[in-house]
Amino acid sequence: MSTMIKMVRAFAAVASLAIATPAIAAGANVEIDYQNWSFAGPFGFFDRAQLQRGFKVYRENCSACHGLRLVAFRNLAENGGPSFTEDQAKAVAAEYTVIDGPDDFGEMFERPAILADRFPSPFPNEQAARAANNGAYPPDFSLLAKARAAQRGFPGFVFDIFTQYQENGPDYIYSLLTGYVDAPEGVTVPDGQYYNHSFLAGEFISMAPPLYDEAVEYTDGTPMTVEQYAKDVSAFMMWAAEPHLEDRKKIGFRVMIFLIVFAGLLYFTKKQLWRNVEH
Amino acid sequence: MAGHSNYVPQSAAAKWLESRLPVISLMRGSFVDFPTPKNLNYWWTFGGILFFVLIAQILTGIVLVMHYTPSTGAAFDSVEHIMRDVNFGWMLRYLHSNGASMFFIAVYIHIFRGLYYGSYKAPREISWILGVIIFLIMMGTAFMGYVLPWGQMSFWGATVITNLFSAIPLVGESIVTWLWGGFAVDNPTLNRFFSLHYLLPFMIFGVVILHVWAFHTTGNNNPTGVQPKTKQDTLPFHPYYTVKDLFAIVVFMIFFAWFAFYLPNYLGHADNYIEANPLVTPSHIVPEWYFLPFYAILRAVPDKLGGVVLMFGAIAVLFILPWLDTSKVRSGAYRPLFKQFFWIFAAVCVALGYLGAMPAEGIFVTLSRIFTAYYFAHFLIILPMLGFLEKPKPLPASISEAVLKGGSGQPAGAAAAPEMK
Repeated sequence: MSTMIKMVRAFAAVASLAIATPAIAAGANVEIDYQNWSFAGPFGFFDRAQLQRGFKVYRENCSACHGLRLVAFRNLAENGGPSFTEDQAKAVAAEYTVIDGPDDFGEMFERPAILADRFPSPFPNEQAARAANNGAYPPDFSLLAKARAAQRGFPGFVFDIFTQYQENGPDYIYSLLTGYVDAPEGVTVPDGQYYNHSFLAGEFISMAPPLYDEAVEYTDGTPMTVEQYAKDVSAFMMWAAEPHLEDRKKIGFRVMIFLIVFAGLLYFTKKQLWRNVEH
Repeated sequence: MAGHSNYVPQSAAAKWLESRLPVISLMRGSFVDFPTPKNLNYWWTFGGILFFVLIAQILTGIVLVMHYTPSTGAAFDSVEHIMRDVNFGWMLRYLHSNGASMFFIAVYIHIFRGLYYGSYKAPREISWILGVIIFLIMMGTAFMGYVLPWGQMSFWGATVITNLFSAIPLVGESIVTWLWGGFAVDNPTLNRFFSLHYLLPFMIFGVVILHVWAFHTTGNNNPTGVQPKTKQDTLPFHPYYTVKDLFAIVVFMIFFAWFAFYLPNYLGHADNYIEANPLVTPSHIVPEWYFLPFYAILRAVPDKLGGVVLMFGAIAVLFILPWLDTSKVRSGAYRPLFKQFFWIFAAVCVALGYLGAMPAEGIFVTLSRIFTAYYFAHFLIILPMLGFLEKPKPLPASISEAVLKGGSGQPAGAAAAPEMK
């Protein structure tokens, strides 16, 4: 067995160096304010109330500019998500208008959305979005929590393998939303832009600070602060990007237990078969 | 192969089949009765592990294709459809995308095992060369597979890599146009990559059969590098190595599952969750981690054609390796100087991988150049000279003698995992 242990050690040492390099992304000097997320780690799960609050923040505060085109209304009522009831999800859908058709006369028509529809985007295309936003393009939220990652650097990216750190996206989004600070001495902020010390694509961002205290009404006593809104909407965006995260971790744990027991049984079978062989 | 089996068909049906197509005795001779050196350590299990990963990739891939749409307008959304709407689609896709990384982790260990124990030397040159061919097809398959989700890195990676061919004098530009099926990476490119990505794994499977056939003809190498002399030196493949390989495969599956279920996006790039956009270039285009050492070699050379030549040369040199190593001794376990150079070489490869992920500027370029030079020097200068300069340790008379003396088929004092000494 000592051979095995040595091998595993050697393997881990080389592998951690060799395989870890891709976690490096652009944007070296951004401030990341790391948060504790309920969905981190091997037993991570989404906090239902947090997802519902995050959805409320999205709907009332972000959805005028940011789409959610890959998420369907039925997803809101599915397991592992915000767990709205079907009636609640239907009520949400009914507030949106989608274009359907053509009808029997060849005309496109508008109708209220149903559970099977996906969230309609606020702008018909990128050009329309840019025209309405001073030339900037507000990205769709469906995958944003997986499409953004700040550089972790060495040796952080090696430890990430063992700590299972995969929350780069929500940590970045939280940091960005709370990262509007005063520009340092001598820095002139261009017109229509804002200084943000967490923005990956440069120090100036075209989005005005989107959140302010008491912007969205929470009825469950949760503090109505920018930090809380940012955290809730980041968690919601993680769910939107990875709706089967809970399933994945639950199944993963069962797979691990099965494989470890199976490997143990095989090890002793192997030992028994090889007991009379000098090798 | 079949000659190693003393199988005699018993039933009438088996006799009927055996006299027409001796497939049972072929399989028994190759994977049941096949005499295998009894001192193979766990580094030798990576062949079996690779076979498992190849089959897993083919099976998950076949199901993914049932839900994927190869078109620039629909590819990205069809992958998200798999992730969101297809039953266990997220699992299939994460197993397949992480499986590619697992394939390369296992193949790099497998290659370095061959380098350390001299598995490329006579009489196993053909098996080694077939292995390098498999490695090349694997790289092509993985590269084209990464293009299929049609994310930003898919698109820009494809653009950068296919553009390399434009460095070829005179016909370069025409070749690139021919590869693209147009004047930019676009729908025809995606469609042909999809077609080839489905085809190449089956070609790998075919070459794997030849690869195994070759070393089953010469017999396996082993940690001593000494050919088996008597029956005492070998064991039948089944049950001894079937159970050992299976155990190793399941341990590898634990490692695989750790990534596929808990860190599914760790080995990928966040930008690939942004749909491909020919009008927006990512600030930093990096290939998948397993290409990084070659990417570092490519960028180390200031001249485009020179970089391309060196990058392909880094693999081409492996084809002639059996004739570059002049030492009469096969196994690195008996070569004190080679052993040290082997580990320096391994460290240089890892360092090149790190540099491939760094921006091509300043100190990173200088280091890339030094390590690139060392990479080639290892094969073209150090290995040919070592054979003359080095005084190898005495070889054991047989595998059995080595086993009785050293515990793990190695000279006294040498650990089974020599780097941990």
